[in-house]
Amino acid sequence: MNAAPAARQAADFALELRDVSKRFGSLEALAGIEMRVGPGERRAVLGSNGAGKTTLFNCITGDFAPTTGAIRFFGEDVTAFPAQERIRRGLRRTYQISLLFAGLSVIDNVYIACRGVSRGRFSFRRVRRSDALMQTAEDLVRMVHLDDAMQTKVSDLSYGQQRQLEIAMALSGAPRFILFDEPAAGLSPTERADLVALLTGLPGHVGFIIIEHDMDVALRVADRVTMMHNGRIFKEGRPAEIEDDPEVQALYLGGGHA
Amino acid sequence: MVAVDRTSAAERPRGTLDRVPPAYWVVGVLLLVLPAFVSPFILFQIMGWSFVLGLIALSLTFLGGYGGMVSLAQMTFAGLAGYLVAIFGDSAVDTISQGWPWWAVIPLALILTVLFATLVGWLAVRTEGIYTIVITLAIAAAFFYFTRQNYDIFNGFQGFNSVLPPHLFGVDWRGGVAFYYLSLFWAAAGYFLVLYLARAPFGLALQGVRDNPRRMAALGYNVTAHRVAAYALAGLIAGVGGILLTWQSSQISPGTIAIGPAIDILVIAVVGGLRHPIGAFIGALIYVLLKIFAVDVLVALGLSGERFQLLIGLGFLVIVFFSPDGILGLWDKLRASMRRDPLTGRDRSDLP
Ligand SMILES: Nc1ncnc2c1ncn2[C@@H]1O[C@H](COP(=O)(O)OP(=O)(O)O)[C@@H](O)[C@H]1O
Ligand SMILES: [Mg+2]
Repeated sequence: MNAAPAARQAADFALELRDVSKRFGSLEALAGIEMRVGPGERRAVLGSNGAGKTTLFNCITGDFAPTTGAIRFFGEDVTAFPAQERIRRGLRRTYQISLLFAGLSVIDNVYIACRGVSRGRFSFRRVRRSDALMQTAEDLVRMVHLDDAMQTKVSDLSYGQQRQLEIAMALSGAPRFILFDEPAAGLSPTERADLVALLTGLPGHVGFIIIEHDMDVALRVADRVTMMHNGRIFKEGRPAEIEDDPEVQALYLGGGHA
Repeated sequence: MVAVDRTSAAERPRGTLDRVPPAYWVVGVLLLVLPAFVSPFILFQIMGWSFVLGLIALSLTFLGGYGGMVSLAQMTFAGLAGYLVAIFGDSAVDTISQGWPWWAVIPLALILTVLFATLVGWLAVRTEGIYTIVITLAIAAAFFYFTRQNYDIFNGFQGFNSVLPPHLFGVDWRGGVAFYYLSLFWAAAGYFLVLYLARAPFGLALQGVRDNPRRMAALGYNVTAHRVAAYALAGLIAGVGGILLTWQSSQISPGTIAIGPAIDILVIAVVGGLRHPIGAFIGALIYVLLKIFAVDVLVALGLSGERFQLLIGLGFLVIVFFSPDGILGLWDKLRASMRRDPLTGRDRSDLP
C-alpha cells in the first residue's frame, strides 16, 4: 500500500461524498448525493431497482467519473484518480454482474486479485504453492468456504459460488473499505447465513457499504442505513429507525421493490 | 526438456497432456530416438519442418490462447528475423549481405524482431477482436509488398538464397539428423517456455486480460502493457522459428511471408487447438503431411494436384465447425465419450 500515511491518520471519514451527481444523457442517475461514512463503519444502502445504487459504487471506485461533485477517500480527494489508484489506497468492490475470469480456476482468480495490488505483476517466475501470496489467496478461498472448489474453473461454478468468489477477491490485499453490490442475491438461506457471519466477522478497521435487497441481511450487518430513491438519498439512520419509519415502509416495504 | 515440474502439473490439472505426465516421457524418448529408425527425408522435410512451423504457430497460440489476441503478423515476425539473418550474415547475394559472424547476427536479428513485434503490438492492442486481425493482416501485407519492391535491403522479389546455418562444432546443421535435433530443441524450448509462463504472474495476468480486461484494470493491472509485452514475447518465439525456417529452406523471399503463409499459421494454430501449446505442433504436423502427400494422393485419385489448398481449406472448415478447440477439443470429446457407458450414457467414473 502506498497510501499517504498523513491522510490515513487525519481522516475523519473513510468515505466522503459531496454533491455527487451522474447523468447518462438526459437521465439523472445520481443527484446531489451527500454521504459520510466513518472509518470502520458498516453502511447499508437500500433502494428499489434503478435507484442509482450501483452507479453510486461506480462513481466511488472510478469505474465512471461523476458528472459533478467530489469524492474523498480517507481524507484524500480521489475524484480524478483512475480505478487502479483507488484500489492501491485500499478500496475494493464486488460486482453485481459476474466480472470474473471465466477460463481460470477459483484460486487463480483470487491470486490475480492479490497480485494486482502487489509488485511483480510482470514476473516470469512460476508461481508455487508455497509462495506467500498464494498462501494468502488460499486463505481467502477458505474464508468464503470455497475450499472444495479451489481448482474448479469459474465457468463450472454455481451462481452462489461465483458470488462467494467475488467476495474473496474483494478481500484481497489488505482492504480498508469495501463496496458490496448485492452480495446475497441468488444465495440459499445457508449461504446467506455464512455471508452474514463473514461480514460481521471482518476486522474492525475494515468498513464497508453493502447494497442489499434482503432487509434481514442488511439490517443485521449495518451500523447505519441509507435509503435511496430516483438517484437521491431520502433518509439515513440507524437500522431500528429506518425499519420503523412510515415513509420507508410505504415506499420500500409496501411493494414496488424488486 | 522432459524435466517438467510434475508437482505443479498434478496440483493444477488443465491441458490434455499435463494431466498425464508419463506421456511426456514416452513422447520425449520417442522423439529422441526417432532418427535411428527413419530416413533423413522424414527427419528434415517432415519432422524438422513441423517443429519450425509449429514454433511459429506456437507464438500465435500464446497470443491467442492465453492473451485472447489473434495476430496475423506472426509469419511477418518470423520472416523479418529470417531476412535480418540473411542481410547481416551470409547469402549468395553478397552485394547486400554483410557477412558478420553468427554470434552477432542471430542476437541482433532477434532483438530487432522483438522491437518490431513490440511496435506492432503497441498498434494492435488498441483494437479488439476482428479489428486486431485486420490491423495485423494490413501490417503483414504492407511488409510483404515492401520486401518485394525494395531492392536495396530486401533484394526485391528474389530475396536471398544460400542462407545457411553456421558450421558450429563442425556440424552441418542442415543435415537431416542435425537439423532434426536443432529444430526439436527449439520447439521443445518454446513449448516449455509457454507452459511455464502460463503459471507465472505474467502469464496468469495475461489470461486474466483475455477473460476480462475491464476487471483486470480495476484490479490494478496495466492491461495495455501486458498485451504489448505478450506481443514482444510472441515476436521472440516467432523470430527463432523464422531463422530456423530460413535455414531449412536455405532462402528467404517475399513468398515466405505472403498473405497465404500468414493465414496458414492461423490455420495451423486453430486446427491443432489454441487451448494448449501442443496444439500448434499437432496442427503443424498435419499441415506438413498434407502439403507433402496430399498432392500425390489427389493425383492418384485422378484429381488435380492444385486441389491441395482446397483440401486444407475444407479440413479447416470441418474442424472449426465441429470443434472450435481444434484437434485437442476432438480428442477431449473422444475421451469423454469413451468414458461414458454406451447403454446408459452415464459417466463410468461416477459409477461405484
Ligand atoms: N452505463 C450506463 N449507461 C446508461 N444508463 C445507465 C448506466 N448505468 C446505469 N444506468 C441507469 O442509471 C439508473 C440507475 O441504475 P443503477 O445504478 O444500476 O441502479 P440500481 O443499482 O440501484 O438498481 C438506471 O435507470 C439505469 O438504467
Ligand atoms: Mg444495481
